[in-house]
Amino acid sequence: MDLKEKLISSFMAFENNVDVEHPVHDIRTEAIKNFETKGFPSKKEEAWKYTSLNSLQKIDFSIFPKEDNALEYKDVKRYSIHEIDTYKIVFIDGIYSSYLSETTHDGVDICLMSSALTKPMYRQVIDVYFNKVASKDESLTTLNTAFSREGAYIYIPKNKMPKKPVEILHFATGNEASLLLQPRNLVIVEENAEVQIIERHQSLTTNEVLTNSVTEIFAAESAIVDYYKIQNDANTASLIDNTYINQKSKSNVNVHTFSFGGKLTRNNLNFYQNGEYMDSTMKGVTILGEKQHVDHHTLVHHIEPNCESHQDYKGIYGENSTGVFNGKIIVDKIAQKTNAFQQNNNILVSDKATINTKPQLEIFADDVKCSHGCTIGQLDEDALFYMQSRGIPKKEARALLMYAFANNVLESVRIPEVKGRINKLIAKKLGVNLGFDL
Amino acid sequence: MLEIKDLHASVEDKEILKGINLEVKAGEVHAIMGPNGSGKSTLASVIAGKEEFEVTKGSVSLEGEDLEEVAPEERAHKGVFLSFQYPVEIPGVSVTNFMKTAINESRKAKGLEDMPAKDMLKLIREKSELLEIDRKFLSRSLNEGFSGGEKKRNEIFQMAMLEPKVAILDETDSGLDIDALRIVANGVNKLKSKDNAVIVITHYQRLLDYIVPDFVHVLHNGKIVKSGGKELAMELEEKGYDWIKQEATV
Repeated sequence: MDLKEKLISSFMAFENNVDVEHPVHDIRTEAIKNFETKGFPSKKEEAWKYTSLNSLQKIDFSIFPKEDNALEYKDVKRYSIHEIDTYKIVFIDGIYSSYLSETTHDGVDICLMSSALTKPMYRQVIDVYFNKVASKDESLTTLNTAFSREGAYIYIPKNKMPKKPVEILHFATGNEASLLLQPRNLVIVEENAEVQIIERHQSLTTNEVLTNSVTEIFAAESAIVDYYKIQNDANTASLIDNTYINQKSKSNVNVHTFSFGGKLTRNNLNFYQNGEYMDSTMKGVTILGEKQHVDHHTLVHHIEPNCESHQDYKGIYGENSTGVFNGKIIVDKIAQKTNAFQQNNNILVSDKATINTKPQLEIFADDVKCSHGCTIGQLDEDALFYMQSRGIPKKEARALLMYAFANNVLESVRIPEVKGRINKLIAKKLGVNLGFDL
Repeated sequence: MLEIKDLHASVEDKEILKGINLEVKAGEVHAIMGPNGSGKSTLASVIAGKEEFEVTKGSVSLEGEDLEEVAPEERAHKGVFLSFQYPVEIPGVSVTNFMKTAINESRKAKGLEDMPAKDMLKLIREKSELLEIDRKFLSRSLNEGFSGGEKKRNEIFQMAMLEPKVAILDETDSGLDIDALRIVANGVNKLKSKDNAVIVITHYQRLLDYIVPDFVHVLHNGKIVKSGGKELAMELEEKGYDWIKQEATV
């Protein structure tokens, strides 16, 4: 049985464990039908031309994890931003770990999707927001919707800001030979409210893991959302990360994606600008080696006038790694005075590494500023010689240049401890210790 | 100190240096002049160890050691310094961090610990004052958005920090106004001692009014065609290079 068939037949078993009377279940049944029609995307589709899911579909993934896996804090501490106090929503093999988590209902809700989808007190919010920005026809998103049950639920009411950042952490223990995880997150930030979120998926063994995650973010008027995705997973872990963001006027949403590892990572990051005078920022640093593969697909849809979007992705590809950047910007006819910027710069440090980069601009308004630029290059030989002539060995000179290359993406990271962590990961990934932070 | 013997060097099979002989002793200042395309910058790059140039014959040695197999960074550790004609912009690396890295890498190569932060700051302050460099300037990205004069002044600041045995100044005077020229020349003169040597590469006599050479050499078509004292520079300023070219052809 292939993975698609297995998923469809598992849906009935899944239905035994959820409330089929809840309106969300109608959404689930609609979604599984869509997935049944479409199946997994193939390389024939333009959006999946450079990323193949074929080999993953041959793996016999467990769809439902066992419930008795536990981890000690000391074993996972290093994967969290432990230098500062944070709220934590921690999942082990897809199951919530109350022992490792710290949730709150003190003025804000930082808790579980499973509660939000079952308890009557959340019903109204779920009716208004659940599955409202996520795609209803993209097959992997609908697959996640069909099996949506658990994940993080974050609700920040008007004018509020949580006391500390929120970490969403997923650990895979390897107790299953191969495991499929489908977390579903919902983040609602009301008018003039603010939140900072750090998300990480980490496999702790060499057993196969595939995560197909969906996050919906709603930023109301003047809301501020800072979202950091740290992707540095094991070489047997794959991630399909689907993020959908609905922004209202004067809001500000920043998503940083740091991709340093994993077998296959696909980031689908979609911004919908439903309002005026807002700002959407997408930044990424990708540093890959071995046979790692990362595919960044971004979409910014400028629906109304006077908005900005900023995209800046830097990639460093070594050994046999492969990367994809596809940045789509749509500017509707009425979205005049749009400023949309997109930049994707790549360095190939190995002859066997590959990057496919493609800007995709669909502009229907006439009074807009849109710029895009893609570069693929090697390190500047003149700069290397200059540094060597000052006594800096070639290896360190290369590292310093690469470090500097990624640097301006880190400038916009607003949590110093996150910046510090990313700095360390970059230094480690480049194999040097520079002795100072840039 | 620096000895160049029958040096031939090519780039992409085109021979640019065609047999250069030059001996520079400690405490001396040498000027190398010559028309465009005569090989002046190539000579500077070959001494600093740029791999693009292939030494096909002859040798460069520093204090008796042949530099042929020595990487550019090791040459720097041994005391070779090149002030670039076109300093490279390195966005994202501040002048201070660049110098810290350079100095500590050089110390590491000599088996020394990193320089304590306090000493480093003191050294930076002292040397930046020598070149009349504003403190704010030091936290900017290296050479990025610097004016021509700022870049050159920054080169000499680096020279002051690294205290080389042999400093080659490749057209350090180009792009400088008279005030900046004076500051740069003054910096070089203060760094000069009986234990080090300076090679000044220039088109014009102007810089040599401030950094007075002991010897002047004229490079033409990859060879030194004439050598003399500082009066040769004045003669060149007056008469141009044509008579040298003619003399060389004859």
